[in-house]
Parts: sequence; structure tokens; C-alpha cells
Amino acid sequence: MKRKLEISELIFKILSYLFLTIFALMCLYPFIYAIAASVSGRHAVEYGQVVLLPKDVQFDAFSRMFNDNMFWNSYSNTLFLTIYGTIWALGVAILGGYALSKKRLLFRKFFNFFLVFTMWFAAGIVPQYLNYLATKDVFNSIGITDDKWLVVIAMGMAAMNIILLRNAFENVPSEIEEAAIVDGAGEFQVLSKVYIPMSKSTIATVALFFAISRWNGYFWARQMISNQNEHPLQVFIRLKLEQFTDPEAMAGWNEVYASDSVIYALIVCSIVPILIIYPFIQKYFAKGTNAGGVKE
Amino acid sequence: MKTKGSDYLIRDEARGIWRVDPEQAVRDDVEKHYWLNVGRTIVKDWRLYVMLVPMLLVFLFWRYLPMYELLGAFKVSDEVKPVSEQLFAGFSYFKTLMAGASTLSTEFWRAMRNTFLLSFYGLCFGFPMPIILALFFNEIRSNAARSIYQVTTYLPKFMSTVVMTSLVTMLVKQGSTLQSAGIISQFLRDLGIISAETANAGLLNNPAYFRAIYQISGIWEEAGYGSIVFFAAIIAISPTSYEAAQIDGANKWAQMRYVVLPSILSTIVIMLITRIGSLLNIGYEKVLLLYNPNTYVTADVVSTFAQRYGLAGAQKGIASAAEMMNNVIGMLLVIGANTVARKASNVSLY
Repeated sequence: MKRKLEISELIFKILSYLFLTIFALMCLYPFIYAIAASVSGRHAVEYGQVVLLPKDVQFDAFSRMFNDNMFWNSYSNTLFLTIYGTIWALGVAILGGYALSKKRLLFRKFFNFFLVFTMWFAAGIVPQYLNYLATKDVFNSIGITDDKWLVVIAMGMAAMNIILLRNAFENVPSEIEEAAIVDGAGEFQVLSKVYIPMSKSTIATVALFFAISRWNGYFWARQMISNQNEHPLQVFIRLKLEQFTDPEAMAGWNEVYASDSVIYALIVCSIVPILIIYPFIQKYFAKGTNAGGVKE
Repeated sequence: MKTKGSDYLIRDEARGIWRVDPEQAVRDDVEKHYWLNVGRTIVKDWRLYVMLVPMLLVFLFWRYLPMYELLGAFKVSDEVKPVSEQLFAGFSYFKTLMAGASTLSTEFWRAMRNTFLLSFYGLCFGFPMPIILALFFNEIRSNAARSIYQVTTYLPKFMSTVVMTSLVTMLVKQGSTLQSAGIISQFLRDLGIISAETANAGLLNNPAYFRAIYQISGIWEEAGYGSIVFFAAIIAISPTSYEAAQIDGANKWAQMRYVVLPSILSTIVIMLITRIGSLLNIGYEKVLLLYNPNTYVTADVVSTFAQRYGLAGAQKGIASAAEMMNNVIGMLLVIGANTVARKASNVSLY
């Protein structure tokens, strides 16, 4: 028998639909506005006539972006940092997490503390800057002049991700490992044939965390990469924003589209690839947050 | 009755004499060759230790070596010499920051206050929002509709800080005779919340609005994504609990109060404690990208203070000292919060 909704339940239901609809629209609106403003005509954008839908549609702001070599350059730099950075960080984290998950590891407590302490205390911006500068000198002296490798190797490691992997590896039943050893598997084979396949979803989550932090990285990339051609997308966007919101630099602006449209076009271009892969990665994201309750 | 002479001697009752304990000799031997045995174990299991090496090196070089550079907080800043060769300055930087009569000291305390306030307001306004969202998500029975709501609210989390701050900057940008102000400023002006002059001056140039912009953009970015963990706790509640409450005549509010809230309370407490623990660890990138000299009064946090004086300026010692104080207090807060969490729920966060 289906219960009739009580009056209080009905009110709550209506309230939740109302609230969620308003909140979701507010979340979405800035993106919709950015898209509309990026393809609207100069007059409409500058006089605030674009509210929801594009007006006097033009695509020149986009084509200006697409014809800019620096834009594609920064995109490929970001891909470089994201792909190599994720591979490097994930490799280090898997090996470290695996070793830490073994009870027979000597000084296990010390190694765990070594890791966790970095989550409690960070040296701060200035010491880190000096440290990266020194690293840069070392890299240059051994012939690596591309600063992107510095960003790939030195930055973006997170103790939390290693702990997530360690916990996942600890949950793999030891009987399976023993069976593999009886069958003659060595340490590396046990890791690659047993542990990695059995913790696939955690590894995917951690890889995603690394990839996102690489894709989003801005501050240190701007500080440490001196060659403008090597700047990633985030730095490119920021530099463009600084240039285009400076009224003096924009005084002689003489195009059919507003200077703002270029910034909006840039924002849209940087969000689109994420929107495309978003449906595929969404579930790993949800999983990652729930793995938060970790133990020592 | 057995009386023990020493660790080495045991009483041989049958013969009535003391003799050397053979087990103790073995124990001694093990102790004497402790490091040899450690070495043997490592050699036998060398693959495991090789796996650990890259991680240890990464953390040593880029997490622990910077801590050595913290010595700079106690030494006379020098652009050329490395920190080991600089002259000691004692606690002079700390004194300047804490009690000096200079503007540095005022700015430092202002930055400390702003750091705390930005986090604290985040706790007051940003923290409850995901819980409210999760409660409302639970009311949507249709899976398709709920997925749409969830996906749209998670979306802002996927933008980078730079894109998010760029959008915010554009949406509240200043206006002039030639250009109108950003679209959000226009809405607020039309609603009568801010005056036309304020809108045209640019909200990000106005220190009175910085905290509000910071918090609202924070909610926009984080609330949907943050609701995941609470929603997981809510859907774990057994439907029989609701049914039992309904049979007892509980209306919606009573169900919320006596069924839902107690079930998710432990999650809320844990998240709250974590949040309190990280009160002083504020994401400086966002502040750095949103603030400007006009809004230093309310926007400048310790990290940006350190960035301004240490990286953009040349006062590395002062900057290191300022951040060191902030981070040490932050660490104590994290450890304290972790201890409380362990006591409260037997769940340790780290």
C-alpha cells in the first residue's frame, strides 16, 4: 500500500526541487554566459546586452585564438606536463605505496611518518622557491634545459595519494599473493600481475587526482618556467587576462568583437576538453572522496 | 624457590649451581648483530627497498630539503650566498614581524587575521552548504533528475583555479563610460544591492566585497563536489528506519531530526574536525589570482604576504619567518584535530 505524502513531506519535496533547480542554474550560468559572450558582437558585449543568449553572432574571437600559435603551444605544453607528470607521479606512488603496504618492510613506521609529516608541515613558498631554483641549476648542469622536466619531476607529488594506494594494496588478500609466489612470481611480477589489476579503480582515482593537479598547475609553472614558449595553458590564460583587463593596453582595440570575447573564448576552449571526458571520469571522482577515511 | 642472579646466569636446581643461560647468549648475539641482520633482511628482500627509493628521494629532495632552507628565517637574507653561508640573525625577523613598529608588523598581523577569517567564514558558510545539498539530493526520487542535478553542481569543481578566477574577474569587472560593468555586478546593481558607482568601480577593487566574493565563488566551486561524501552517508541509511519513524507518526522534520541527522552526524563531525585542522592552510593561489593592491586590507593572507616580500621583493628572511609561524601553528592545529578525531570516532585521518 502506498502511503499518501504527508503535508510536511510535500513541502520539503517542493522546497528541494526549487532549491536544487536554482542552485544548479547558478552553477551553470557563468559557463552559459561565457559561451554567449565569446560569440557575441562587440557592441552587445561592451554594453552588457548579452544576458543569456548570444547577440550579433561572430566567431572571430575564436578564430583569433585558433590562429594564435602561442595558444596551441601552451595547449601542447599542458598536455606534456599532464601526461608525463601523471606517469612519473603515478609510477613513484605505486612503487612506494606497494612497499609501504608490506608488513615485513623494516622501519615501516618511520617511512609512514616520513610521508605523513609532509602533510602536516610544509616549508612554505620561499624555501620551496629556493629549492626549485637549486634543482633547476642541477638540471641545467646535467643538460636538461627544458624547464618542463623540472615541473614534471619535482612538483605535484602528494602524500595523500600514496596513502590511498597503500590502503588499497593492504586490502588485497594475501592468499592471492602467496599463490602467485608459489607459482614462481617475483616481487615485480606480484605487483604488476596481482596488485595492480586488483586495485584498478583506486589507481584510476589516484591517476585522476594527479592528472587534475597537473592540468590545473599554475603558480610554480609560472615561477619556474622562464621560456614563454614553454608556458602551460593556465599561465597563458592568466597572462592574457592580465593583458586584456588593462585599460591602457586595450585603448587602441579596434576589432569587430570585444576584447572580453577573447578571454571568454579562451575560457571556453580550456573547459571543453574537460567537459568531453567528464562523463567518463566522474565516477572515479566520486569514489576518491569516499576513500577519505584513512587509517594508519 | 628460584632466585635470579643476573640475565646471564640461571639456577640449575638439580645440581645446585648457577650456570650460563644459553638462550640469553642467543639473545645477546641477536642484539650484537642487529644491524647485520637488518642488512641481511634488506639484501634478501632488496626489490621491496628498491621500490621505496624513488618515493623517498622525491620527498627528500622536494619536501624535506626546503625545510632546510627554512634556516633562512634565522639568517641575514642574501641574494647570492646559499643559506649555509649567511650570517645568523637570530630571532630578529620574528621580532620585527611580531612586535616591530614598522608597517611589516602591521601587515603581518593583518595577513594572519585575514588567513584565519577567510577560513573561518568558509567554515561558517561553505561547510553547511554541501550537507544541505546532500539532504535535498536525497529527496529527489527520480534517478535521472538527481543525476542531472548532481552533475551540474559538480561541474565547477572541474575548472582550474585560473579559469575560475578569470571568470569571476570578468563577471564583476569594472565598468566605464565605454563599457558596462561585469554581468553579475549589473544584476546586483539592478537588484539594488550595490550602487551603480560601486559596480562601475569593480567589485574586486573594493575591499568590502573581497571576502564575500571569495566565499561565494568557493561555494560555487566546492559545494556540489563536497556533497558527495554526505550523500553517501545518507543513502546508506536503511529504508526501514524511515518506515519505523513513519509508523510512529514522525513527520518530515521529525524524520530529519531523529533519523537522518544522527546517521550522518559522525561524517559531519569528521569533516568538521578536518576543516578546523586546516584553518590556517588556505589555498593561496586563489587569493593571489583574485587580489590586488586595493584589496590587501581584507585579502592579503600569510602566503601571499610571503610571496610578495620573498619572491616579488627581496626580503626572503622575513617572508620565510612569516610563513614558518603560520605553518607551525597550522601543524599544531592539524595534529590536534587528528587526535580529537581519533578519540571521537576511532577513525584517524592520516
